[in-house]
Amino acid sequence: MDWSLLVIQLLNGLQLGVLLFLLASGLTLIFGIMDFVNLAHGSLYMVGAYFCATLTHLTGSFVLAIALALPATALVGLAVEVIVVRHLYTRDHLDHVLATFGLILCFDAAVHYLWGPEGMAIPLPAVLDSQTELLGGIVFPTFRLLIIATGLVIAAGLWLVMTRTRIGMLVRAGASNRRMVAALGINIEILFALVFAVGAALAGLAGMLISPITEASIGMGNEIIIIAFVVIIIGGIGSIKGAFIAALAVGLIDTMGRAFLDTLMKLVMSNQNAETAAPALSAMMIYILMAGILAFRPQGLFPPRGR
Amino acid sequence: MALLLLALLPVWVAWANTPFHLDLASRLMILAIAAVSLNLILGHGGMISFGHAAYLGIGAYCVGIPAYYGIHDGYLQFLLAIACSAAFALVTGLICLRTRGVYFIMITMAFSQMVFFAFVSIEEYGGDDGLVIDMRSRFAGLGNIENATTLYYFIFASLLASLYLVHRIMRSRFGMVIEGIRGNERRMQAIGYNTFRYRLACYVIAGALCGYAGALLGNFTNFISPEMMDWTASGELIFMVVLGGTGSLTGSVLGAAAFVLLEEWLSAVTIYWHFLFGALLITVVLFARNGMAGMIDRLGRRAWRRSS
Repeated sequence: MDWSLLVIQLLNGLQLGVLLFLLASGLTLIFGIMDFVNLAHGSLYMVGAYFCATLTHLTGSFVLAIALALPATALVGLAVEVIVVRHLYTRDHLDHVLATFGLILCFDAAVHYLWGPEGMAIPLPAVLDSQTELLGGIVFPTFRLLIIATGLVIAAGLWLVMTRTRIGMLVRAGASNRRMVAALGINIEILFALVFAVGAALAGLAGMLISPITEASIGMGNEIIIIAFVVIIIGGIGSIKGAFIAALAVGLIDTMGRAFLDTLMKLVMSNQNAETAAPALSAMMIYILMAGILAFRPQGLFPPRGR
Repeated sequence: MALLLLALLPVWVAWANTPFHLDLASRLMILAIAAVSLNLILGHGGMISFGHAAYLGIGAYCVGIPAYYGIHDGYLQFLLAIACSAAFALVTGLICLRTRGVYFIMITMAFSQMVFFAFVSIEEYGGDDGLVIDMRSRFAGLGNIENATTLYYFIFASLLASLYLVHRIMRSRFGMVIEGIRGNERRMQAIGYNTFRYRLACYVIAGALCGYAGALLGNFTNFISPEMMDWTASGELIFMVVLGGTGSLTGSVLGAAAFVLLEEWLSAVTIYWHFLFGALLITVVLFARNGMAGMIDRLGRRAWRRSS
């Protein structure tokens, strides 16, 4: 086995993991606190990417574009909350699923109208668009390292906010028992709107970070949002810690599965069988993981207490 | 009345020479069968499955894969479609039905994504690109369904049979139990019903019926691809059921009809029709509870009150 390849794939898995965490942290909070199933979270990921692409072309600076696109995406999230989502908190999950499914259609069509059917590439500044040599002579793209670092910093920041500040305390309290928080005189509407906007910004950030590698495209959120849901279900709805652990686990398992499963399977079966079965199995692996975990722990790994 | 219209449609199509309408109506009726099957678990059973399109795909591939190997025996294909869907529903149901609420929504979706990715990565059967069915099912002794009108009546008869079947199921003791479980599962357990088994049976019946619809769909389109079981396809099926009104037999058919016709009409108006479609969906959720069947019901009641 080639060790440098293993390290590179580990880093790739980590990068996918932190991206998933950025999406899943907002999703799990919205889900946990407001009991709201937001399928349209992936649309905010897409909107963030498009904002960033346009602003990069306008300002010529990727970093400045991100700084501007973050509040813009949060505003879009806030608008969605006020116009549609707010009226659905008291409804059942079926209504949430349908309405946010409708939002996805609206967002995809709106982006199609505003930006056209083609994807948009985001050029990186030269500093980031390079390779970095790690210990042991392993070469890895600088920008991907930056994604990992950003994700970890944000995870640490979120953890600090959640455990050390009053807002974080309210959010955690809301995730455990929303009615009690409201009864204690907290303006739950503002809290909800705030969490929704922050969640939107985090999803947007994930989109901004991935699109220099792939590109901003219509429907880019529709596949990853499902994986983000898998993450929060595995992690336990409403738990940031669970989302973090599950995101890294899913990212690593998915990447490693795609990279090494065929090699592993060739050890136990014929080459041809392994080559047919491995891609199918590796694509299914995270869903198998989720089904397995739900079969034994129907509430996920870290269900919030007190409900 | 609507049924009579559907029955006479081919005559009109032949007269006006618009085979396009026949295609539209065929697709509509196939999706109606799928919606009726989803309504069985979603509307009557209260189980929000977000992976129902997987059965459409399984049913279609049960026609496509034998056809790929030159087996065109319709009895075998349709039996296979029903058996495979039922088996898939049984195995996944055993796991899914242990969960509740949103976990159920997500785990049903996870299973359908598994099937989706499985077919995407099996290159032998076309993978991502899909599979062309060169010849429709042949029923020894009865003939074939190559002709569009014959296929149309075959689908029409299937729709009638499914409606009758679901109607009978819901009127039976079994159906009452299912309704009871949706109302209050704990109470049903207290009376002594093994509610898990009832829900599982309902889940399997719905899966098998949708698999049958999938076999029809494969025959109708002559082309199958994993796309038809993407999670958005499952979302569309839920839309049909809710648009029509959950728990209403005619509602599901109305919902599927409205969905197909709206899609056809809006996509002719503008290429950004998804926006209007999404906005409509949100409006229906926000304002029109109980869907179209509920609206017709309310209008009917108002008219009746006025006349009396």
